[in-house]
Amino acid sequence: MAQMTMIQAITDAMRNELKNDESVLVFGEDVGQNGGVFRATEGLQKEFGEDRVFDTPLAESGIGGLACGLSVTGFRPVMEVQFFGFIFETFDAVAAQMARMRYRSGGVYNSPVTIRGPFGGGVKTPELHADSLEGLMAQTPGIKVVIPATPYDAKGLLISAIRDNDPVVFLEHMKLYRSFREEVPEEEYTIELGKADVKREGKDITIITYGAMVHSSLKAAEELEKDGIDAEVIDLRTVSPIDVDTIIESVEKTNRAIVVQEAQKQAGIAANVVAEISDRAILSLEAPVLRVTAPDTVFPFGAAEDTWLPSYKDIVEKSKQVIEF
Amino acid sequence: MEKTKELQQIESQFETFQILNENGEVVNEDAMPDLSDEELKELMTRMVYTRIWDQRAISLNRQGRLGFYAPVAGQEASMIGSQFALDKKDWILPGYRDIPQIVYHGVPMDQAFLWSRGHYGGGQMPEGVNVMMPQIIIGAQITQTAGVAMGLKRNDTGTIAITYTGDGGASQGDFYEGMNFAGAFNVPAVFVVQNNRFAISVPVEKQSAAKTIAQKAVAAGIHGVQVDGMDILAVYAMTKEARQRGLDGNGPTLIETLTYRYGPHTMAGDDPTRYRTSDEDDEWEKKDPLVRFRKFLESKDLWSEDEENKIVDQAKEDIKEAIKKADSAPKQKVTDLIGFMNEELPQNLKEQMEQYKEKESK
Ligand SMILES: Cc1ncc(C[n+]2csc(CCOP(=O)(O)OP(=O)(O)O)c2C)c(N)n1
Repeated sequence: MAQMTMIQAITDAMRNELKNDESVLVFGEDVGQNGGVFRATEGLQKEFGEDRVFDTPLAESGIGGLACGLSVTGFRPVMEVQFFGFIFETFDAVAAQMARMRYRSGGVYNSPVTIRGPFGGGVKTPELHADSLEGLMAQTPGIKVVIPATPYDAKGLLISAIRDNDPVVFLEHMKLYRSFREEVPEEEYTIELGKADVKREGKDITIITYGAMVHSSLKAAEELEKDGIDAEVIDLRTVSPIDVDTIIESVEKTNRAIVVQEAQKQAGIAANVVAEISDRAILSLEAPVLRVTAPDTVFPFGAAEDTWLPSYKDIVEKSKQVIEF
Repeated sequence: MEKTKELQQIESQFETFQILNENGEVVNEDAMPDLSDEELKELMTRMVYTRIWDQRAISLNRQGRLGFYAPVAGQEASMIGSQFALDKKDWILPGYRDIPQIVYHGVPMDQAFLWSRGHYGGGQMPEGVNVMMPQIIIGAQITQTAGVAMGLKRNDTGTIAITYTGDGGASQGDFYEGMNFAGAFNVPAVFVVQNNRFAISVPVEKQSAAKTIAQKAVAAGIHGVQVDGMDILAVYAMTKEARQRGLDGNGPTLIETLTYRYGPHTMAGDDPTRYRTSDEDDEWEKKDPLVRFRKFLESKDLWSEDEENKIVDQAKEDIKEAIKKADSAPKQKVTDLIGFMNEELPQNLKEQMEQYKEKESK
């Protein structure tokens, strides 16, 4: 097995699928010769040629439309949105077209597109580069939204996303790209979409989260352990649809939960998790389910990011509030 | 792709407009703009100043004292020449690279540095400075320009709106929509595409099958012109003309300036050696706008090394001051940002304001 960063695992997944299936095409701005602005597609054009891995003109709406069109003619486009804040330019193609393809055609057409894009705070990018827009995507029926937190998960989930016959939005947290390495098999494997992963077992409280906040939550769990609190950490991995079974099973065991997201409070995923818990497990709760989120402002300009982003300390504090309720 | 006769004919109409050749010689006497000696020197002063500022900004960025920065060396004639043709009251809708234009239009340099650092102070335009915040989203400024120009026309201001994007930006749908609207409503807008040959790594040949970007004006039914973007007099003259065309009620203009960016795309890890050759760099440095204009001024006895050195020193001094001033801006707080979200705080933000006040007081 090889030690890989998340970005290497992502490249590896695309390489695997380009090799595995002639119909897979990788394209976007600067993904060819340059290998992507983060080097996620490094070497792929050289290996598979300009026919399979190519640069597009600078037009996200065009990229989305191209992917949508290709997908109904038998291809599996893996399109890159250079930074996910630019999804707005292609929102019609993704949300109004691909996501409805199967429904509108009564099942005649499908749209097996994978929409990859980096996002996430803590790297001081200019505006509209870091925004967590998964809530927006998750409110769109017809697409799956995947956010890996580790290199191992990234590879398995991306391969599944590319093989999925519906559109999948695959979001890559920039801060996780190169922050650590882990063992990732060189051979292919898949991880089922829509399945959460219990990243740490515990019995006192369930912390439900995804993306970079998985790592903050694991750190918080270590802190909590010092105070004798045994936290379970669930990584959703797919934020739409969410894995209700894993969440409920855990909450029924711990009787307490918090939901952690990097996105703003009003931005969706955590609210949906809280609602599902209240629908299905209210009688097992010993305390209200609280949320740790960013405030409801626009993603802040560089100079205030550090205070704006939720930290492991916020998670510790909120967990204690729930425990002491 | 083989082009039809009709297309070839259209494309052949878009020739590069030039006044000064690479040796600084006037090749188009009839088009010489009516500028005083002082004004000519001012153009050179601004280009020298901007080149120094660019070098300083790059090194400040490397020291971690600036945030986002997109280098401009190579594009001075295109930027300075077009801005110089404007009236103080005209509106500029810039992209992320178009900082020299907005500074010469009245945005204090320290605010430009704040913008680079991601501080809201960088977007707080001083009274009477008709400049929008630089756009990160490529293309957004172009459709907005149609709106600003319509507003200016309706208010009968006698001013125009100018916007900038790159060769890559000309691929965005918004680019066509903006030009088309401006044409359909006959508003005083000028669209400048600074064709510096690359959109990050993608060469202009891969952006479009069109031979020029200027010809894209044809589809919108507006005037389009391609200009030597390393020739400040040519850029100035064409922008001036475009401005007048708008004011006279004769519609918007698309100006494509042929230029080059010497540095990386931005200071955030772009490596130009991945996508272009040093031969190409050398080729374009021969066309340098500063060298060319210096030769022209020297031939008229309007320029000396001494004079230039003074400007270099002045620029360095000003930049030092501006950075100091930017450093002294109040630290940005989350509570500030919450305060800017709406005119009045809704319930959720009121609550969060209190929470963050407490957090920030610790
Ligand atoms: C809508 C949108 N898509 C993509 C980007 C990322 N991006 C920033 S600059 C750039 C290339 C722009 O090239 P060009 O328009 O030619 O202008 P230049 O940078 O060369 O001045 C890209 C792809 C962006 N900022 N906005």
